Amino acid sequence: MPTIVVEVMPKAELLDPAGKAVAGALHRLGKGHFTAVRIGKRFELTVDGPVDDATLAEVRELAEEMLANTVIEDVLSVHTLDTETVTAGETH
Amino acid sequence: MRIGVITFPGSLDDHDARRAVRLGGAEAVSLWHGEHDLKGVDAIVLPGGFSYGDYLRCGAIAARSPIMSEVIDAASAGMPVLGICNGFQILVESHLLPGGLVRNDHGDFICRDQRLRVESTSTAWTNGFTEGQEITVPLKNGEGGFIADAETIARLEGEGLVVFRYLDVNPNGSMNDIAGIANERGNVVGLMPHPEHATEPGFGPDTALAMRSGTDGLTFFTSVVSAFAAQLG
Repeated sequence: MPTIVVEVMPKAELLDPAGKAVAGALHRLGKGHFTAVRIGKRFELTVDGPVDDATLAEVRELAEEMLANTVIEDVLSVHTLDTETVTAGETH
Repeated sequence: MRIGVITFPGSLDDHDARRAVRLGGAEAVSLWHGEHDLKGVDAIVLPGGFSYGDYLRCGAIAARSPIMSEVIDAASAGMPVLGICNGFQILVESHLLPGGLVRNDHGDFICRDQRLRVESTSTAWTNGFTEGQEITVPLKNGEGGFIADAETIARLEGEGLVVFRYLDVNPNGSMNDIAGIANERGNVVGLMPHPEHATEPGFGPDTALAMRSGTDGLTFFTSVVSAFAAQLG
């Protein structure tokens, strides 16, 4: 069954204390050249049936209305897993 | 007067809220998140806790539970609704109040007796206070930082919709030290601190007079009862 991926990040202007804590741990591990970490969310929605433009539009709406709170977060992307660009070195 | 207290999966302070309702002089009515039934109550309290384990976002799933459609309708028709802590988070996730609540800026859960200034007495839940009154009620949260865009903050401040402000310390990084806000009509109030934990001598915050004698939170509940009585004439 096809899967739709929704990626959500806290708004850039907001403090991300969890990401800051991870960045602090990296620094203590001698990885201080990674100067900042921000933590977001990835949703994978399994769909019963084919995915068409209408399904993607429906998920985009869900992403804005429920999966993310647009007061504090941004929806970065909504896409199907099958057509996802696999970047160099990334494995699935 | 009958005041409903809604229990969601993961609510913690529903019992304390019902007790506070009774101490304030009203009848407490238990309401269940999974029903579409407000049981004819005259006001509603959304209690604190960790509804749905804070999954997705604090209050986000509770805000979409069956009973919330009735709560939103009732609130829009003017029924007094008080959201405490997780209840406040549910109110912003339901869009009954503006803004959002994010993880405390210092990253830690915080639990303390918190001094507040009452900034507005023109709400259903604060009419028994005096403007500028300083009160102490317990505060306990991990994600209590109030945020909103500049336009919303300006509107809240300009229209007198900030109801409570933190004194002494800002415990969670809230913008403008905002601890609680109201809607334009003043029937919907949300705040992070817990007035229901400061309603009975022996169980409240310490005061200069005696340990655990603080009952400043009781005025929330007596306020809504007297507003209701006045309405009945």
